[in-house]
Amino acid sequence: MAVVGVRPLAGRRLSSFFYRHPRVRLAALLTPAMAWLGVIYLGSLAALAVYSFYRLEEFTGLVVPEVGLDTYRQLLDPANRDIIIRTTLMAASVTVACGVIAFPLAYYMARFASPRAKTFLYVGVLMPLWSSYLVRVLSWKLILAREGIATWFLDQTALSPVLDLILKTPAVGGASLSTSDIGRFLVFVYTWLPYMILPLHAALERVPDSFVEASGDLGARPRLTFRRIILPLALPGLAAGSIFTFSLTLGDFIIPGIIGDSSYFIGARVLQATGVESNLPLAAAFSVVPMVVMVLYLFGAKRLGAFEAL
Amino acid sequence: MKRRTLGLKIASGAVMLFQYFPLAVIFLYAFTTESAGFRFPPPGLTTEWFGVTFRNPEMWRALWLSVQVALLATAVAMVLGSLLAAAVHRTRFFGREAVSFLVVLPIALPGIVTGIALRSSIDAAHIDFGLITVVAGHATFCIVVVYNNVIARFRRLSPSLIEASADLAASGLQTFRHILLPNIATALLAGGLLSFALSFDEIIVTTFTAGTLHTLPIFIFRSLFRPRSQPVTNVVAMMMVAITFVPILLAQRLSGEARGVAHAAGAEP
Repeated sequence: MAVVGVRPLAGRRLSSFFYRHPRVRLAALLTPAMAWLGVIYLGSLAALAVYSFYRLEEFTGLVVPEVGLDTYRQLLDPANRDIIIRTTLMAASVTVACGVIAFPLAYYMARFASPRAKTFLYVGVLMPLWSSYLVRVLSWKLILAREGIATWFLDQTALSPVLDLILKTPAVGGASLSTSDIGRFLVFVYTWLPYMILPLHAALERVPDSFVEASGDLGARPRLTFRRIILPLALPGLAAGSIFTFSLTLGDFIIPGIIGDSSYFIGARVLQATGVESNLPLAAAFSVVPMVVMVLYLFGAKRLGAFEAL
Repeated sequence: MKRRTLGLKIASGAVMLFQYFPLAVIFLYAFTTESAGFRFPPPGLTTEWFGVTFRNPEMWRALWLSVQVALLATAVAMVLGSLLAAAVHRTRFFGREAVSFLVVLPIALPGIVTGIALRSSIDAAHIDFGLITVVAGHATFCIVVVYNNVIARFRRLSPSLIEASADLAASGLQTFRHILLPNIATALLAGGLLSFALSFDEIIVTTFTAGTLHTLPIFIFRSLFRPRSQPVTNVVAMMMVAITFVPILLAQRLSGEARGVAHAAGAEP
């Protein structure tokens, strides 16, 4: 029993070496992951950013490696500008809707649910967050199809005229739910909702009961307590959740590809530029848009304390 | 007070129903007798599509590829993620904040940015698209999952355990083997399971790094545009749900227990 530490001499030497040289130990721990994330991944992102300043020679189809703003000027073409505006508006409205819908559930989980119910709800929200992204989108194709459940349900409840009215809304309407921007919006909200619920729940759970009680003792009505105590403290959670809902909507090409009309989103446009057109500079310039939006967003969210709620 | 909870309860139930109802729909349509439509209610029910699916060699190839990719990407992520967690947790160094920022980047940035960036680098390096490139792409966003799980455990681990082990003359390797590893094992495993599920399910980065290979999600996506075999897609979708839900439930159980222990020890409020 006493001679545990005699055998591995080399290991001993190595560990005391690491102990005496903490910087070397740090380097040994950091290098593998940093070589990947810091050099290759970040390098790729940087290269992509550089590419966006190059341009494609229209006649030869070759990339001209001269730094300029020609490709970015293309982004301002009406067609491309529309894509950027459409995608960003969708991302913003999906984020707002997710925040509104997620709040009651997150609030209930954090403050009222019994421990059992809480675990149940937590796992229930967690599973769709980690899995079945494509399957969950696919299911809406079945639901929203012309002869599918949505139509059947509306017929049964005599609500079809209401839907028809909604679908007539200019700009976001369409022939049916599965080919309109309203349908897209619905599926985006459905798909990213768990990403909003969990950070929000984490933030709400940290609101001390004593704060709420103190507010009540000082004569605040529930509504005022909610507005002045709970909502401000939930803000980091909302910010953290919105990072996901916003970013995921910005870059997604699967949902707009399956649901909605033929109008492009940034993701689909990038895919097309890299595929058929092989116009890498344009694809790069398009991807710089969500990159810049997200980096600004992340800085803003960090100031709100969102990273602690991730 | 009671009435307010009732309203919240109903809203919560509605949100959960909203989340799970579509999955039930997929399950139902895996049994429909209609081969190219989504009529509701289905004209009839059958189990023949399961046979059709299981006889499809393309499906098996895609499934096997997805399993390989998920296992390899998870293995890479477990090594890199836990090393990184150890570095960030144990030492204060210049750029430590930047490291934790960098780890989140692959999931905070839209998948398409990661995808196209890696694709153009792979192109530029003249590497052939294949299993390795898919694994590399997946490992990039899986690292953060393992990292988050392991670093959370490190924070709860008392540093005196490691010092005590060294004081009792254990070598670094022994401390790692007998003290560190048993303590972080469940967190590491939970991170691994989550990263397996994440990788198995991923399609956006995969689209850019897979070349002509088809993982299971890509198989499903492509079959969407061949409406003849619609129920087969639904059967495969059911399989996807089953394969990804199990590791997540396991991971939840593993880290949930751990959290319970920490609560009991008063390590967490």
